[in-house]
Amino acid sequence: AVVSTQSGHYGRGGMATLKDIEMRLKSVKNMKKITSSMKMVSAAKFARAERALKPARAYGTGAASLYEKNDFDTSGKDSVLLALSSDRGLCGGIHSNVGKMVKAAHAETPITKAIIVGDKAKAILVKVIGDTFLSCFNNVGKKPTSFTDALDIAEEVLSHDYDTINIVYSKFKNIVSYNTEEKPVPSLESVESNAAIYVYDEVDSEVLRCYQEFTLANIIYHSMKECEASEQSSRMSAMENATKNAGEKIDALTLQYNRTRQAVITRELIEIISGASALE
Amino acid sequence: SSGINAEWPLRPGATEASSTTFPLTFGSPYNAVHDNALVKQVDLPSTTGHFGILPHHVPTIAILVPGTISITNEAGDVAKYFVSSGTATIHPDSSVQILAEEICAVADIDDGAVRAGLEAAQGKLSSASSEADKAAAQIEIEVYQSMISAA
Repeated sequence: AVVSTQSGHYGRGGMATLKDIEMRLKSVKNMKKITSSMKMVSAAKFARAERALKPARAYGTGAASLYEKNDFDTSGKDSVLLALSSDRGLCGGIHSNVGKMVKAAHAETPITKAIIVGDKAKAILVKVIGDTFLSCFNNVGKKPTSFTDALDIAEEVLSHDYDTINIVYSKFKNIVSYNTEEKPVPSLESVESNAAIYVYDEVDSEVLRCYQEFTLANIIYHSMKECEASEQSSRMSAMENATKNAGEKIDALTLQYNRTRQAVITRELIEIISGASALE
Repeated sequence: SSGINAEWPLRPGATEASSTTFPLTFGSPYNAVHDNALVKQVDLPSTTGHFGILPHHVPTIAILVPGTISITNEAGDVAKYFVSSGTATIHPDSSVQILAEEICAVADIDDGAVRAGLEAAQGKLSSASSEADKAAAQIEIEVYQSMISAA
C-alpha cells in the first residue's frame, strides 16, 4: 500500500498505472461480495419457492384437469395475452425469454390485448405491443406470490371480454433449467358452447361461471409459483457465475498488480543506480 | 342424493379407479392434502347440498360452500377437514379434484378463536352500512357457525 501512493502516478507507454489496477481490484472485489451474497439470498428464496411449488403444482394441475381431459376451443380470435414475469433482474434469461416468446407469437398472430405482470416484461414489451396493454401489475418478486395476488390478476382478466387467455410464463424444470411456455385457458363462453361440458352433471350457468373464475385464479397462481421457482434458481446460477467470473478477474488483476508493482520498483532501482553511477 | 349411478358401465380408459377406490386430488394453494391418492369415499358440502362420492360417480362439477369434508382413505380411516370454499370436479374417468381456498383439519379448529371471530362478525353486521359490507359480514357469520358445528 505504501508503494502505490509514491510511485506509478504517471503511466508510461499505455501501461495501466498501479493506482488504476488497485481501483479496479477494489471494485471487482466489492462486486464479488455483492454477487456472492445475492447468490445466498437467492438460494434461500429458491428453497422456499421450490417447497411452495409442490402443493401449488398439485393444485394447479387439478384445476386445469377439466381443460386437459376435454377439448375446449382455445384457438379463439379474441385472445388476451397474460405475460408473467417480475420486477427484478439479474436472473439470467428469464424475462428476455418471456419477451422472445411473446414477440414470436405476435409475429404469427398480432396480439390485440395484453395484461403484463412484472416491470421487466413491461419494459421489454412496451415497444412491441405497448398499445395493446389493458393493464400492468408490479410489486412482483419482492415477496413470495400469495393466492390473493393471483385473485387480483384473475379479477382484472375477467373484467375483459375474450375467447382465450394465453399465459406466457417460465415453467420450472430443475435447479439448472426452466422452460418458457405458453398455456391457453378457454373462456366461459368457449366452455359453455362446447357440448363436452354437458357430460358433467349439475352444470348450470351460475355453477359454471363460479367454477371458471376460481379455476382461472388457480391456474394463474400455479403459473406464478412456477415463475418464482424458475426465477430464483436462474438468479442463483447467474450470481454464481458472476461470482466465479469476478474471482477469476481478481486473480488476473492481482497478478497484473504484482507484476506492475515489481516493474515500478525495478524502474526506480535502475534510475537510482544509473543516477548514482553517473555521479561517480 | 348421493348421485351414484349404479348402472353406469365402466367407461373405456377408466383404468385408475377400481371398484372400491378412486384417485383424489384435494388441496389448497398452500397445502396438497392428497395428490392423486386412492380413496374410498368423499363427502362434501356444495351449493346444491351435501353429497358423497364413491367410485364411478356420475361426472359432476360442483361449487363448495364452507363446511366439512370427510375423506375415507384406502384403509378405511375417516379424516375430516373444514374447507372455506372452492370447486369439486368428478371426471368421466372417475378421478376427483377438490380444490379449496383454505383447508383446516377439524381437529385443529380453535373453538375459542372461532367464537371470538363469530362475535366480531356479528358486530360487523350490525355496524355495516353498505350492502357489500353487510354481505361480507353475513358470509363471515355463516362460516364461523359452520366451523362451530364442524368441531
